[in-house]
Amino acid sequence: MRVLRDAWDHLLAASSWTGEGGMLELLGQQLLLTATALLLALLVGLPVALGLGHLGRGGFLAVNVSNVGRAVPTFALLALLVTLDWPGTDSFGPYGRAGIATLLALTLFALPPIITNGYVAVREVPGDVTEAATGMGMTGAQRFWRVELPLALPLVLSGVRLALVQVWATATIAALVAGPGLGRVITDGFYRSQYGQGIAGAVVVALVALVLELLAATLQRLVARDRRDPVATVSTGHHPAG
Amino acid sequence: MRVTVLGVAASAPAVEPSCYSRLTNEWFCLDYVSDRREEILDAASEHLLITVLAVGLGVVIAVPLALLARRLPRLESTVLGLSTGLYTVPSIALFPLLVPFTGLTMTTVVIGLALYALTVLVRAFLEGLRAVPAEVRESARGLGYGAGRMLVRIELPLALPVVMAGLRVATVSTVALTTVGSLVSHGGLGNLIRDGVTTNFRAELLTAAVLCVVIAFALDALIVVAQRLLTPWTRVGGAH
Repeated sequence: MRVLRDAWDHLLAASSWTGEGGMLELLGQQLLLTATALLLALLVGLPVALGLGHLGRGGFLAVNVSNVGRAVPTFALLALLVTLDWPGTDSFGPYGRAGIATLLALTLFALPPIITNGYVAVREVPGDVTEAATGMGMTGAQRFWRVELPLALPLVLSGVRLALVQVWATATIAALVAGPGLGRVITDGFYRSQYGQGIAGAVVVALVALVLELLAATLQRLVARDRRDPVATVSTGHHPAG
Repeated sequence: MRVTVLGVAASAPAVEPSCYSRLTNEWFCLDYVSDRREEILDAASEHLLITVLAVGLGVVIAVPLALLARRLPRLESTVLGLSTGLYTVPSIALFPLLVPFTGLTMTTVVIGLALYALTVLVRAFLEGLRAVPAEVRESARGLGYGAGRMLVRIELPLALPVVMAGLRVATVSTVALTTVGSLVSHGGLGNLIRDGVTTNFRAELLTAAVLCVVIAFALDALIVVAQRLLTPWTRVGGAH
């Protein structure tokens, strides 16, 4: 159990948090990566998912993208991107070493839950409701914005929440291929046999993951209050993140 | 080990055109696969072993846990809350947290992955059991079925489709997550991926990555076939 004391000491030492390459800097870097990738995935995934759902097309693609996303190891995709001539390990602004490769992998792995949940959310709007909207003389666009989107929102948001968890996990794994972020504390610790440091890094990563999940859950509850019960539908696309 | 292989290739050039050497580093390379067949097979079998043990352990714990949770509603919300919290923790952070107890061993990876599989499987079992229609339960009770016999003969078979769907999700994601076990040197094909990326060896990296996906889809297909065999009634016109 000496490693546990080492980990505790590492967590309490100011020097492990501050300075260049300290945990605070890496934490900020990983949060920035997570936010950017999630935003990119939302910009790409939401229009596709909601549009397909509204048109009732491409269901096969929208549902199977999750199956493929689950089967491809995040670690393997990160490794491939880093080893390719582009994006490779080039530094990218505040995102650090292998920044583009990491961002790309993070965005790709955020897409499946967003697309699948978004599509299913719009498709699950009851048929009689959309029929009534059409009967009232709403155009397709009006029906989408005033009827389908509000009703679909809880499930769309639970997809975003799953994506957030996925992105945070993938961002941590980026360190296995010498990418940026907090995972560095873990991998450096393990590769240099300083297990206390590695475990300390794992504690920070796990705690921040839980905090992010709690924040997202609270946000979801605030937005989706008085709507459909989101708990009943949250299981769509639920799987260990990486 | 590779150094010696490369040495041979360099000292005897043009004897055998190889797609991996100090000069060429191709993504697709059958020579690599045949030269390193044993290493690849070892990694793949470790990968399979870890996956099967982890999912098996997950099932063994998930069944009694789900049955208990069904009886005690307060336990159910605790179990579901804990499993949501657990799946939030990235695998690369979970393995280090287990290391103080189980060391740098395969056990660490198996236990970590079993915990993830558990989060999916408990949910699937609970959902599957909940999907059994109340009138079916009632008629079984009317026919004189006791709790134990009802569970085995009526409820579990009817819950099977949902349970198997959960098992597919758990299995496929376990195959993918096993690669992260390379952090503690027991990642099956993940060890090859890590070696491939640190030494910039493209054939090794791609071969291992493709094999991971192949194993995932193969196990998935196997479960689908098993489900077809176990639930013949779902095919008899009842599909829709």
